[in-house]
Amino acid sequence: MAFVRTRRRTLRRYAEGLKEVFKIIVSDKAGLVGFVIIIIYILMGTIGPMVVPYPAAGNPNEVYLPPSWEHPLGTDFEGKDVFAQIVHGTPVVLTVAFLTGFLTTLIGVFLGALAGFKGGIADTIIMGTADFILTIPQFPLFAVLSALVKFKDVSMLSVLLASVSWPTLARAVRSQILSMKEREFVEAARLLGFSTFDIIFTEMIPNIMPYIAVSFMFNSIYAIYAQVGLAYLGLVPFIGENWGLMLNRAWVLGAFFYEGSIWYIMSPIIAIVGLQIGFLLFARVLEVIFNPRLRVGG
Amino acid sequence: MGVTSILRSYIFLRGVRAIVTVFVAITFTFFLIRLMPGNPIDVYIATLMGASGMSYQDAKNLALALFSINLDEPLWLQYLKYIWNVLHGDLGKSIVSVGTPVIKIIATFLPWTVFTVSTALIISFSLGILIGMVMAYRRGGKLDTVLTLTFSILSAIPNFIVGLLFIVFLGVQWKLVPFSMLRGAYSPYVEPGFTLEFIIDVLKHAFFPILTYVLTTIGSWALLMKSSTIATLGEDFVLLARARGLPERRITINYVGRNAILPLFTNLAISIGFIFGGSVLIESVFVYRGIGLRLLQAIYQRDYTVMQGIFLIITIAVILANYIADILYGVLDPRIRVGGR
Repeated sequence: MAFVRTRRRTLRRYAEGLKEVFKIIVSDKAGLVGFVIIIIYILMGTIGPMVVPYPAAGNPNEVYLPPSWEHPLGTDFEGKDVFAQIVHGTPVVLTVAFLTGFLTTLIGVFLGALAGFKGGIADTIIMGTADFILTIPQFPLFAVLSALVKFKDVSMLSVLLASVSWPTLARAVRSQILSMKEREFVEAARLLGFSTFDIIFTEMIPNIMPYIAVSFMFNSIYAIYAQVGLAYLGLVPFIGENWGLMLNRAWVLGAFFYEGSIWYIMSPIIAIVGLQIGFLLFARVLEVIFNPRLRVGG
Repeated sequence: MGVTSILRSYIFLRGVRAIVTVFVAITFTFFLIRLMPGNPIDVYIATLMGASGMSYQDAKNLALALFSINLDEPLWLQYLKYIWNVLHGDLGKSIVSVGTPVIKIIATFLPWTVFTVSTALIISFSLGILIGMVMAYRRGGKLDTVLTLTFSILSAIPNFIVGLLFIVFLGVQWKLVPFSMLRGAYSPYVEPGFTLEFIIDVLKHAFFPILTYVLTTIGSWALLMKSSTIATLGEDFVLLARARGLPERRITINYVGRNAILPLFTNLAISIGFIFGGSVLIESVFVYRGIGLRLLQAIYQRDYTVMQGIFLIITIAVILANYIADILYGVLDPRIRVGGR
């Protein structure tokens, strides 16, 4: 019974934390812009593909058209509508971003908490692995792995990205747990007979929620970078239509060196940069929440 | 300095750590190729048999010679031999350009990447620190606001896209820079050597890759330095230095700057790996003939030995760079050196 009650109280604490965060976002202009941008992309990725028809085989007489009513972002080298390609490329990009962010958070919090709380051999192994992963140049690793493993869907790519992105978060969670371990409220919880799991997730993690949220954003940003980069190099051809693949086709076909292709090339670029800016503005606001010294001027 | 104090010294301990990490990296690359699903060696044997009608034994012998490995031996012996070979600079031979030692390929391509990446890192780190300090001293001012916004937006643009934008606008739309002339690490008609002509040519070719690395990393250094400087300015020892009436310049450089830089060193490790890793993308955009581009080519051609070798070398380069950063950190922060952890 006691545990049910504390779990419910914890949920309320998480909810209150979220409400607090939301308040600061609304009061911060940049954060609000970031929030709105992310919402727009989510709408584009969920409702968009249902509303905008799939870019069917284009008309060879209509290649590299400038924007018009019919083709809001012009057409590509085959006469296919660029706007439709952007819309239908959104779900893959967003899925990888959010799924990677989510998985990384899960692994990072779990391993960081384990290392910090258990100490000893578990700590040594986890932190040793973390240090090693941090020194491996990640992008070459993904590139090499893409030659050894066929990435058939986005979840496989996300699992891979998450499996090398967790160390930074795990380190931070560990050091937070270490610093909280000896505090009174944790001691009190332990004396009351709470299990380790309950102490970590009801007493400790809520205190570092803002940090975890920021880390989620930055991991999503990295996931977008990595997947678009891999797709641009043509290394993950099977994960589905996405903006990186559009850039890859433009590069392979030499469209980059053709003046009239500007709309076709700039569309995926702006889509990528826009999404990154959205995530970043949102993350920066969370950082401001986190570090009060940034708020105080002069 | 006695033997024990050397053994306990920061630089020595960090060196041991670097060597251990290199061993882990060698182990990792060995198992990366040997234990992956669809083991590349088997795949290659099958390809040889299919493409040239070789018998299994012939194909196997050729494959084993190229990988410098004997599959009939137990795995641990293969592993030890691999380490032995790597320590002797034998990374196997290329599968595609048959017979070329991988180490030779690396020796041709690696220097260009080390040159561009380290130049970019040094420029970006030192400029970023300067700008960050200026921003911290004028926080809330117009300059700070403008720069923070610019850097935020810049850091939102993936590095290879910055490169693509240079090509699209400077190269194709405005026709200011002939990018197709700037491919490779230097022009084919210039004789390599210690001549002014060659050096200028090399710099010309390296300019845009370096500029791209700098533009995409300088923002995070500046913003980190800004918040670190602000934190340091709030410390008591700064107040005390002011109370003692020390000249402001001295406070800025010796008291604030030197202390504010320290936290940035922990980020250096991640940044070195990121820039080095990013060379795969940047060199592909500018067709700059460095190790990243060569790795990509090996991946396209499924040239597993070259892939394995280059990946290992890039990892070792990053570990070495981290070690250098560790030493610098120790020089700047006496607490680290004396602590001898």
